Amino acid sequence: MTLAQPRSEPGKPAAGNRERPFLSVEDLAVRFPTDDGLVHAVEGVSLSVARGKTLAIVGESGSGKSVTAQAIMGLIDRKAASVSGEVWLDDEELVAMPDDAVRRLRGLKMAMIFQDPMSSLHPFYRVGAQLTEAALVHQSLSKSDARSLAIEMLRRVGIPGPERRVDDYPHQLSGGMRQRVMIAMALINSPALLIADEPTTALDVTVQAQIIELIATLQAASDTAVILITHDLGIVADVADDVVVMYGGRLVEAAPTQRLYYHPEMPYTLGLLTSVPRMDRERADRLDPIPGNPPSAINLPAGCVFFPRCTYSDRVPDGACASRNPDLIATEPGHLVRCHLPSEERRQIANNVLGSLVGGPG
Amino acid sequence: MVLLLLLLTVAVFFLFNLLPFDPARLTCGKVCTPELLEANRHRLGLDLPVLQQYLNFVTGIFTGRTLGADTASPIVCSAPCLGYSFLRHADVTSLIARALPVTFWLAIGGFIVWMTIGLVGGVVAALRRGKWQDRTLLTIALIGYSMPSFFLGLILIFFVILTWHLLDFPSASAVQAGPFANPGKFIGTMLLPWIVIAVLNAAFYVRLTRNQVLETLNEDYVRTARAKGLPERTVVVKHALRAGLTPIVTAAGLDIAGLMGGAIITESLFSLPGMGVLAVGSVVQSDLPVITGITLVAGFFIISMNLIVDLLYGVLDPRVRVS
Repeated sequence: MTLAQPRSEPGKPAAGNRERPFLSVEDLAVRFPTDDGLVHAVEGVSLSVARGKTLAIVGESGSGKSVTAQAIMGLIDRKAASVSGEVWLDDEELVAMPDDAVRRLRGLKMAMIFQDPMSSLHPFYRVGAQLTEAALVHQSLSKSDARSLAIEMLRRVGIPGPERRVDDYPHQLSGGMRQRVMIAMALINSPALLIADEPTTALDVTVQAQIIELIATLQAASDTAVILITHDLGIVADVADDVVVMYGGRLVEAAPTQRLYYHPEMPYTLGLLTSVPRMDRERADRLDPIPGNPPSAINLPAGCVFFPRCTYSDRVPDGACASRNPDLIATEPGHLVRCHLPSEERRQIANNVLGSLVGGPG
Repeated sequence: MVLLLLLLTVAVFFLFNLLPFDPARLTCGKVCTPELLEANRHRLGLDLPVLQQYLNFVTGIFTGRTLGADTASPIVCSAPCLGYSFLRHADVTSLIARALPVTFWLAIGGFIVWMTIGLVGGVVAALRRGKWQDRTLLTIALIGYSMPSFFLGLILIFFVILTWHLLDFPSASAVQAGPFANPGKFIGTMLLPWIVIAVLNAAFYVRLTRNQVLETLNEDYVRTARAKGLPERTVVVKHALRAGLTPIVTAAGLDIAGLMGGAIITESLFSLPGMGVLAVGSVVQSDLPVITGITLVAGFFIISMNLIVDLLYGVLDPRVRVS
C-alpha cells in the first residue's frame, strides 16, 4: 500500500530539505490480512538512528521488532501485507519507492544479519560464493577480485585461515563462524545501515560477546548506523546508544540506554529489566517473570496493549487503561513513554522496584 | 547393484519357469509329434534340471552359449547372450539391440522437452502463485496429466499429419538409423512421439517444481538472498529452485529409467520399433526368452539410474558428500 497523502504539507519546506536523521522511520505500520482477521504486526512506529550510532529494539517474541526491521529493508512481501508510513534513509523515502529501486539499495546501502546463521546461509553454495554475491550484483567486479575481497572480508571478521575457509560449505563451519560469515556478507559493500536481527540468539554464550564486539568494531571503523534487535538486555547495555522497547507491535518506551536502565518508566520495561535472572539473589527469587502472555496481534486490547498484564493499571483513574490507548509522550527530552500513569507515580514505582534489587539494575 | 541384478535374474528366470507354458510346445508348430517335441526340448536345453538351465542362462550372458550343440543344427548365441527366440529365429540380444536405440532416443528427446516445460512452467507458476498465470498453468497441467496418451497421439496424428500435412508419417528406418544419419527426417519422425511423452510428464513436473519452489521460497536463506539485493529471478532460480532440485532429480531419474523399458502406447501409435512394441509382441506370443531379456534390461536401467541418482545427490548437496 502506498500513501495517498502528499509527502510534504503545504507551507512546509520540501521533504528532502528538512534536517533528518540518517535513518528516520515515521509512523510505520505493517498489517497482514489473514483468514482470521487483520494482523496488526506493527502500528505507528517511529524511530531514528544517526550514522555511527546504535539503536536497540527490545521486546519479546511477536512484539513486531523483526517485522519493523524487515519493513525498513523492504523485505515485506507487498502482496501479502500492507506497509504504510515513511522510511527515510539518507533523504530517500523507501516505502513509496518502486520495489526494484529498493532492491538496489539492499545489500549496498543497507544490509541485514539474521538470527539463525545455519538456516540463513544457503546449504548448497560455498561460503565465498555466497559472500561475493552482493558485491557482484551491486559493483562491477571481476570474479578474481571478488574472491580476494571475500578472503579479505573473512579475515576482517576474524575467521582463521580465510584462504581455505572461503571454499568451505556452511555446514563445515561452527555456529559462531557462520555468524561471522553472515556479518562479512552483510558488510561486503560497506553499507551505511546495518540491521542485526537477534544476531546472537542461536549462538553459544561464549561466542555471543565476540559477535557483538565484532559488530561494534566494524561499525566504528566505517561509521555505520546499526539497529540491534534483541531480547537480551545485557547486550543492549553494552553497545546501544539508544533503546526502544516494543510491545504488541507498538513502541512503549524510547530513551538513551543509560536513562532507560536507571530510570525506566513504562511498567513493561520495568518487567523486562526485573525478569533478567540475577545470581545475587536466592534461587527462588532470581526470576521475576511478567505475568500473562503477549496479546494477539489480531485482537489487540482496546486500550493500552500492555493493560491485561500490567500490575499497576488499578492506579489509573476511570479505567482509562482498558478503554484508551495512551500516547507516546516525552517525560524528559529524548525519553518517550506510552503509559496512563502520571509521571511522578511511574518514577516512584520504578524506584521501588529497582531499589528492591540488590545492587541496582543491569 | 550387481547383487540386485543377480537377484533379478533369479526372480525373472524362476517366475517364468513356473508359468504353465512349454516353450518347446510353442516352437513345435502345427504338426507336432512327441519325438519332435522331445527333440526341440533338448535343443532348448529344457530337458535339463531347472537349476542347470538357470546356470546356463547366467553364464550365457557372460560367455555366450551354443544351443543344441549336439544336434545337426546348433545355434550359436554369442556373449552377452540373453537367450534365443525360436519364434523370431533371432537371439534376444540382437532383438533388444535393435529396439533399444529407438526407445533411447524417444526417451531422451521426450525427457528434454518435458523437463524444460516442467521447470520453466513450475517456476513461473510459483512466482505468480494465485495469479492467472499460475491457474492457467495448473489447469493445463491437469489436462495434460489426465489426457490419455493414445488419445493425444491420435489427435496429433490426425491433425498434424493427415489434415495439415505438416509432417510425414513416422519412418521407423529413420529412427533406427539414429539422429545423425538424416537429422531432418529423424526429428520429423520423433517430434510427435516426443510431444506425447512430454505432455504427460511435463504436467507432473510443473506441479512438482512449483511446489518445491514455493516451499524453498519460505526458507531463511532465500530471505538472505533478498536482503543482499539480488534480482528476483536470481533469488528464485539460483537460490530457491536450486535448493528444491533434489526431489525433482530423483523423480526425473526414475522416470527416464522407466521409459527405457519401453513406452508401449507411444511406440505402438507411431509404429516405432522400440522396446515397448517388442515387449508387447513377445507377451502376446508368449515369447519367454524375449520377455526375460527385456525385463532384465529394463531392470538394469532402473537399478543403474538409482545409482546415478544417488551419486547426483552428492553433486547437488555438498552435505551428502563423503569427505
